[in-house]
Amino acid sequence: MSGLITTPNLANPDALYAELVAMAGDLSAEEALNRAARLILLLANHIGDPAVVSHAIQLAVAADQAD
Amino acid sequence: MATNPILVIGAGPVGLAAALDLAQRGQSVEVLDAGHSVSDGSRAICWAKRTLEIFHRLGLELVPSGITWQRGRVFKGARDLYQFDLQPGGLQQQPAFINLAQADVERALLDQLAGLGVPVRRGHTVVGVAPRDNGVSLEVETADGQLTLDTPWLLACDGARSTIRRCLGLPFKGKVFEDRFLIADVRMAADYPTERWFWFDPPFHPGQSALLHRQPNNIWRIDLQLGWDADPDHERQPAQILPRLHQMLGDRAFELVWASVYTFQCRRIERFAHGRVLFAGDSAHQVSPFGARGANSGIQDIDNLVWKLDRVIRGASPETLLASYDLERIEAADDNIGHSTRSTDFIAPKGPWAQALRGAVLDLAATHAFARPMVNSGRLSQASVYRASPLSSADTGFAAGPKPGMAIPDAPLGDRWLISSLGAGASLVRFGATLPAPDLTGIDVPADSVAWTRFDATPGTAYLVRPDGYVAARSRTPTPDWLATATARAMGASQ
Repeated sequence: MSGLITTPNLANPDALYAELVAMAGDLSAEEALNRAARLILLLANHIGDPAVVSHAIQLAVAADQAD
Repeated sequence: MATNPILVIGAGPVGLAAALDLAQRGQSVEVLDAGHSVSDGSRAICWAKRTLEIFHRLGLELVPSGITWQRGRVFKGARDLYQFDLQPGGLQQQPAFINLAQADVERALLDQLAGLGVPVRRGHTVVGVAPRDNGVSLEVETADGQLTLDTPWLLACDGARSTIRRCLGLPFKGKVFEDRFLIADVRMAADYPTERWFWFDPPFHPGQSALLHRQPNNIWRIDLQLGWDADPDHERQPAQILPRLHQMLGDRAFELVWASVYTFQCRRIERFAHGRVLFAGDSAHQVSPFGARGANSGIQDIDNLVWKLDRVIRGASPETLLASYDLERIEAADDNIGHSTRSTDFIAPKGPWAQALRGAVLDLAATHAFARPMVNSGRLSQASVYRASPLSSADTGFAAGPKPGMAIPDAPLGDRWLISSLGAGASLVRFGATLPAPDLTGIDVPADSVAWTRFDATPGTAYLVRPDGYVAARSRTPTPDWLATATARAMGASQ
């Protein structure tokens, strides 16, 4: 396994969600996408381990079929 | 029975280098070319260290006539994002790069060929190719009529639009990049530093990219991305080109020397060795120019091929040795195509997500070092690595230094240089090792050389180096048996 944590791991999920909304909440889709991409790059570099990032990418893609 | 000469088709840098390497090894060779002169315009301009090492072996000293450079600078908008240095360690005979017009390289190769009496026949257009047992028959049109020429070996160095490839019906498969680029050479007096400058979204050409390179004699190469919607016939008109250049160069006086509009492709043929027909350079593989991987990889093809072909013709190695040319240079071509594709995809991102991601990398790169390695304005040509070479022997106990299948780094050896000390055949590079090297060029590295670090050497270490400067095998405890086995493998003996 890659070591990607998929069980609840946040002390305050509501606060994080609100912070993420506030990060780009008043922007156009294009501007928000740019900001989100920067966040992804910063977090991916912090994680470092390519297996963890790849696993997260797989799960993000797989969620398309989640309905 | 008199043997017909080897025929090289194409008098570009790749074909001329092939003929020169073959002639210097004593082979009888002739070059045929459909054109009537050296190439016009600038075409290839950036010659990488590995190519300069190969040219040096062939007796060409191009550095004095070229512009030597090793640094680059990347801009986003008007902002200077970061700089890079391609050769921070120094202590190598050849620089990271020189810029020199392709025609000047061709003239230098032609001078060497003339000195050896190698014929270069211009105005010879191949119109038919018929492979047969142990050779090839060619139909060639000349001003004096049609000729039939027989050759034991045909080297197809006839470029991206190769006639030989078309005559043999070989598919040239890959990807077209849906973008257009204006490539222009201008003459101007400018005091910009001798660096590769690349702009993403510059103020003088918004929303696109730009590249500036210095060449000798006050000539500057400019690449401007135009987008897929640009009409190439319209964009080729000076009335269209000049305002674009004025935007970039401001009030500075300049003269437009040459310009063209290109669409780039990355593609290759499935195999490079087809019996007695051997493909090298753009006839076999094509890349975008970002990274200078076109002509430089073609010269590496020749460096890989010619020592093998020479041994096969002399009966010193089995013909199967040429299968390693196919395998190694296809690996190199795929590597070059991969780099070139990623660079082009970064320079011209397609779709909102790729554009957002590219924008994010550039936004972060100015202040955060981690994002800079993701900025891709072209990954510049280096010696290819042959990871799966059948000529390599396994090694153990090394943590660094060139692995089997990698080109050796250069280093000073007293008053000479390691790479230019290699023999025409294989060489044994010894670090305090006493192993005899029968039939090889033995090179003893002095105790104070930086080569010890570069090769991760300890007292007794030895490297077996192929004629093209690639590591075939290495050992910390070399024995005559190790050397004999590794040499036989490197020279293509059946295992």
